[in-house]
Amino acid sequence: MQYLLLLYANEHGWDSLTPAQQQQGAAAYKAYTEALQKSGALKGSNRLQPTSTATTVRNENGKAQVLDGPYADSKEQLGGYYLIEAPDLDAAIAWANRCPGAGHGTIEVRPVWEMSA
Amino acid sequence: MSPHEGGAQARSTADAVARRSYGKLVAFLSSRTRDVAAAEDALSEAFASALTDWPRNGCPSNPEAWLLLVARRKLIDLARRQRSGEIAAEDLRVLAEGLDAASAGADTAIPDQRLALMFACAHPAIDPGIRSPLILQVVLGLDAASIASAFLMSPAAMSKRLVRAKDKIRQAGVPFRIPEREELADRLEYVLDAIYAAYAEGWVDPSGADVARRDLAEEALFLGRLVAGLLPTAAEALGLLALMLHAEARRPARRNGDGEYVPLAGQDPEQWDARMVDEAEDLLRRASVLGDVGRYQLEAALQSAHVDHRRTGRSDWQAVVRLYDALFELTHSPVVAINRALAIAELHGPNAALAALPDSATDARLLEYQPYWAARADLLTRAASYAEARDAYEVAIGLERDPAVRGFLQRRHATLAARKP
Repeated sequence: MQYLLLLYANEHGWDSLTPAQQQQGAAAYKAYTEALQKSGALKGSNRLQPTSTATTVRNENGKAQVLDGPYADSKEQLGGYYLIEAPDLDAAIAWANRCPGAGHGTIEVRPVWEMSA
Repeated sequence: MSPHEGGAQARSTADAVARRSYGKLVAFLSSRTRDVAAAEDALSEAFASALTDWPRNGCPSNPEAWLLLVARRKLIDLARRQRSGEIAAEDLRVLAEGLDAASAGADTAIPDQRLALMFACAHPAIDPGIRSPLILQVVLGLDAASIASAFLMSPAAMSKRLVRAKDKIRQAGVPFRIPEREELADRLEYVLDAIYAAYAEGWVDPSGADVARRDLAEEALFLGRLVAGLLPTAAEALGLLALMLHAEARRPARRNGDGEYVPLAGQDPEQWDARMVDEAEDLLRRASVLGDVGRYQLEAALQSAHVDHRRTGRSDWQAVVRLYDALFELTHSPVVAINRALAIAELHGPNAALAALPDSATDARLLEYQPYWAARADLLTRAASYAEARDAYEVAIGLERDPAVRGFLQRRHATLAARKP
């Protein structure tokens, strides 16, 4: 099965870190990503720009309603994701638990809706 | 054999298989696809087929293998019909593999994956409040309505939550496996709760007149033994089995010759099953050296104290109240608080006990809980508040579903009729 690990954290947290801490954090994510890659579990991953860059679009009566800002304002924001292949939920939870983001935020584990070819 | 006799035999064979193997068949049918709801549907269709096929063609020599084979075919039909837009191809391959295995040998025993299924139902990703009902349904085949009454929930709400939990198992890929040692203790608690809930459901019919309920208690004991056997160092698994054995040992003494309900205080200890009591005491001793006290060991220790009291005539109510204190600390259960109050009555009298009873004003569930009203009525009688006691008995009688217990309460109520005030 495929699971999307959604990384939620306070997006201002990163800015308040010292350069050394930021370096350490980046190294932790790099190591985690490499571990996922080596195991063959990694299907995709990206870090997202902060929610201040977000634009929300909704089509109402054929007309695009475009708004500045993220879909939902919350204390922790979606900051990135990993798309992984895992045999079951326990395996996906184990990967989520290893993610550095689990230490300073929350990881939501969502199974991917599998479509037939 | 007449068609009528054939039908009756088919039904009784099907009932026997359903009681013995329902959970085993559901676990086996769903272990690969994780689709519990589909396995249940297919199995119930297989039972329906059995009731038309067996009277005509005779009961098969291995009814379980027959049901498994038919249920597998139904599952494949279902996958073709409903899930053509999804990953039907993979499901079909998995099902076909199992079909071969099931048809290969009627003598091949179906592996018992009930425990793995129970751990899936008690997975931390499943809503905590639905784990126990879910296990009762998928392993024991209880319908949502009877589970709902045991868990003080409306049948409609129960059904909805059960469906949601089964969807989560399938869609999120919750594994069917026995957890590793380090995560076992946390997960075990929910499995034990579910087993005990099953036992309590079976306990409702102490005369054993209702075969399905008596089997439910036996099934719970079976599951309790299974878990305790598999996890001999899990103190709470041993504690739960000890608790159920204590209760089961007294089953024959709970009714007199006329089928009337006999409370613990009035039972003849000679009628208790001494072998079960001994086994329970032995389990409790084994659990106590493991140094991990929990709810079930405390409850079993209380049973042990009550048994000792009735056998020897001596009792240490102080120790009993202390056990209830520890138990209440762990569970915050109003049921524990009621029993604690009854023990306080032995130490400090009925007025102290009435003051210790939980307050129905702060917990509305108590208003519909028969043992609360029966305990109140008993304590009010002992405090000579007869008018209030009569009112409390009337509520208790109105809430009781077991006719024998209702009769017992009515006799108590009748003795108060002449008393004033």
